[in-house]
Amino acid sequence: MSTSAGATGEALAPRELTLRIWRGDAKGGGLVDYTVEAQDGEVVLDVVHRVQATLAGDLAVRWNCKAGKCGSCSAELDGRPRLMCLARLSTFERGVPIVITPLRTFPVIRDLVTDVSFNYRKAEQVPAFQPSADQPVAPFRMAQVDVERSQEMRKCIECWLCQDTCHVIRDHDDNKPAFSGPRFFARYAELDMHPNDGLDRRRLMQEERGLGLCNITKCCTEVCPEGIKITDNAIIPMKERVVDVCYDPVRLLRRRRARG
Amino acid sequence: MSASHERRSYDVVVIGAGGSGLRAAIAAHEAGARTAVVCKSLLGKAHTVMAEGGIAAAMGNLYPEDNWKVHFRDTMRGGKLLNHWRMAELHAKEAPERVWELESWGALFDRTADGLISQRDFGGHRYARLAHVGDRTGLEMIRTLQQRTVSLGIDVLMECTVTDLLRDGDRIAGAFAYWRESGRFVVLEAPAVVLATGGIGKSWKVTSNSWEYTGDGHALALRAGAALLNMEFVQFHPTGMVWPPSVRGILVTESVRGDGGVLRNSEGRRFMFDYIPEFFKAETADSEAEADRWYDDKRNNRRPPELLPRDEVARAINNEIKEGRGSPHGGVFLDIASRRSPDYVRKRLPSMYHQFKELAEVDITAEPMEIGPTCHYVMGGVEVDPDTAASRVPGLYAAGEVAGGMHGANRLGGNSLGDLLVFGKRAGEAAAAHASALGSARPAVADAEVDAAALGALAPFDTEGGENPYSIHHELQEAMQDLVGIIRREHEMQIALKTIHDLSERSKTVSVEGNRQYNPGWNLALDLRNMLLVSEAVALAALERKESRGGHTRDDYPMTDHDFWGKRNVIVEQLPDGGLGIRHQPLPEPPPELAELLEGDH
Ligand code: SF4
Ligand code: SF4
Ligand code: FES
Repeated sequence: MSTSAGATGEALAPRELTLRIWRGDAKGGGLVDYTVEAQDGEVVLDVVHRVQATLAGDLAVRWNCKAGKCGSCSAELDGRPRLMCLARLSTFERGVPIVITPLRTFPVIRDLVTDVSFNYRKAEQVPAFQPSADQPVAPFRMAQVDVERSQEMRKCIECWLCQDTCHVIRDHDDNKPAFSGPRFFARYAELDMHPNDGLDRRRLMQEERGLGLCNITKCCTEVCPEGIKITDNAIIPMKERVVDVCYDPVRLLRRRRARG
Repeated sequence: MSASHERRSYDVVVIGAGGSGLRAAIAAHEAGARTAVVCKSLLGKAHTVMAEGGIAAAMGNLYPEDNWKVHFRDTMRGGKLLNHWRMAELHAKEAPERVWELESWGALFDRTADGLISQRDFGGHRYARLAHVGDRTGLEMIRTLQQRTVSLGIDVLMECTVTDLLRDGDRIAGAFAYWRESGRFVVLEAPAVVLATGGIGKSWKVTSNSWEYTGDGHALALRAGAALLNMEFVQFHPTGMVWPPSVRGILVTESVRGDGGVLRNSEGRRFMFDYIPEFFKAETADSEAEADRWYDDKRNNRRPPELLPRDEVARAINNEIKEGRGSPHGGVFLDIASRRSPDYVRKRLPSMYHQFKELAEVDITAEPMEIGPTCHYVMGGVEVDPDTAASRVPGLYAAGEVAGGMHGANRLGGNSLGDLLVFGKRAGEAAAAHASALGSARPAVADAEVDAAALGALAPFDTEGGENPYSIHHELQEAMQDLVGIIRREHEMQIALKTIHDLSERSKTVSVEGNRQYNPGWNLALDLRNMLLVSEAVALAALERKESRGGHTRDDYPMTDHDFWGKRNVIVEQLPDGGLGIRHQPLPEPPPELAELLEGDH
């Protein structure tokens, strides 16, 4: 075994690579080419850091873990929402510049950094977990099979790639106030499926959080780096369960009476 | 000048939004304090998110014979008896409550067959003790605390970096910070500040730590007059990724070994059997057969040597590599593929599976991983009162990794997350009590201090044609890696100190491009001051302690010296002239009823 070969035998000779990075701020900007050394074992974030350390010290970019665990380094690579720390250079066509642009759905602060406060506002609106009357205080008893569905949603690293890609808000700022987005549909679903949660958020989801605006295109699921089946395992089940509460004739009647 | 800065006033300001910071903020808020958390990144991205294995808490869900006393003993022995006994005691006693509290805030831990919180095996813990969620426990913990913080309406100042603590006489009066987004300054007036800034790993080249880990809290504490304790103890986690180069240092969770993975050298030998120290002989298996039986029957078998405390394993790996029995890319092999079914591996270690697949194109269910030591954690930190987390500076508290004492010379895996919760809560409560006891006699922020802080922060823009902060950072990392790494020697540390001094001089004239708006170059230039100061503290302390113990191994003093060094802490503090001074302080002795727990083989 030689030290110049990767685990899969790929060659790791350094080569020149051009990154075409969007530089600018809220007032405007454009793509700038940077050519640096790179090798196939690296990921896009490595090369962005090399640009930062050698050619553009003020290049704004978010990152933390460099291992796909924190969800900080989201950007659009050749137009696709991805984590830069999981984008291996070997998966890009050689000799072609990699185009890196900030998430389109959120306002630019500078370069690759966007204002994602939309998501934090949506998080503030989520009615928190509330233990049920049956088991008000931990330690709770809950079976593994019953927590697993919620655990899938709790894998979310809040990278906002699903939020970025969802067409309901991608080019429609006007929908933003009334739409929490796939990440939060997953969060509501997670609470709804929690075996010991005592709150019902279904009506809220339908009437105020915009669940009805989602037309199950599954684009969110496709970009999720955690492989969370947002549409199949969160949104569709929630849509079904919302029907129970919102369109149940007995309940409707009761509601009318209460109002009347 | 100072009048023009944004000003905010609080009772308690918490710096850092990882596990300890968020837990402190929740506690302070619940005690009635007006509280803010300030963090360098977005909320939910702190380093805690990277923690994989679990939270050690003697709940006894799987082994009823587990209790706080056994946990206390494991912690102290893992720390080579240099822990502050009272911190280890509080931690062992309170960790279960803190875990259940997370559950009542919505955390979903993996379950036992009876529906209780499941617990996993980890190095140095006698019983399966770690509450966990697959191998993403840190994410679960930070999300739970984050969601709790948000639902309580606590102010979170995201992407806001504190550069200086402000004082009125010797008391804390607040903190000076800038917003990354705009580069504008903000003065946070508060009579109580909790440091929850985490560690210092960014001073080393191979590290599992994120960019935030620049020793900010350690440096702020030093400059504000607090003492740092036992900074020589730096944990090199035995298993970091080594290949490809871009992922070097990224953590491979200890759960791989807890769940059955073993270490092998290039000859295929399970070499850890060759490295069982006298201190742990009685509790460690001496044959592969016994070690393998232990996973299913812990009562009648002893732990596999792969699960010795981290310092022992890291040194062993280091030695195998040095003696030429390493893997192709300079590590050793960590093998779970040949020992557990692919299903089991994917279920128990989903994010490790994902990480190797995505980053290294290695399928860990089919082939061994290549791993090697990576700088992971600092045991040393701000000297605090165990019960209140108070430093010697009135109004200044420290919790989590930035605090010293809890873990002694070496931290056991799983004891970090519990530490964050137990002492985060205590710090938040004590800080709130301190603020409320002051009544109207609050310290005031002086304009002159604010002006000085602003001037210091802007200095990198005033220099033209100076050095690139990225280059200085790089040189510092090389020096710390090569000269103050796993194995240390006197003359090398002296060279390191000289290098640090030179770099500090050069860093005074760094210059940065661009403007103040979200400028990583400028941000790094400011973080560099902290990294340099803390690196110096580590090198000084490491030079001072002339023995080997836990996360401090001296080639020139290979023995553990119980009579002299085993009874003392090494203190680093800032002298009136601004330089760093060093002195010894006696290690507090446990009361007889606790000392008794540490004896014998069990
Ligand atoms: S499935 Fe719904 S939430 Fe997901 S991207 Fe499509 S419209 Fe948006
Ligand atoms: S659901 Fe997936 S894509 Fe959306 S924020 Fe979470 S991890 Fe990212
Ligand atoms: S840096 Fe954490 S996900 Fe990319």
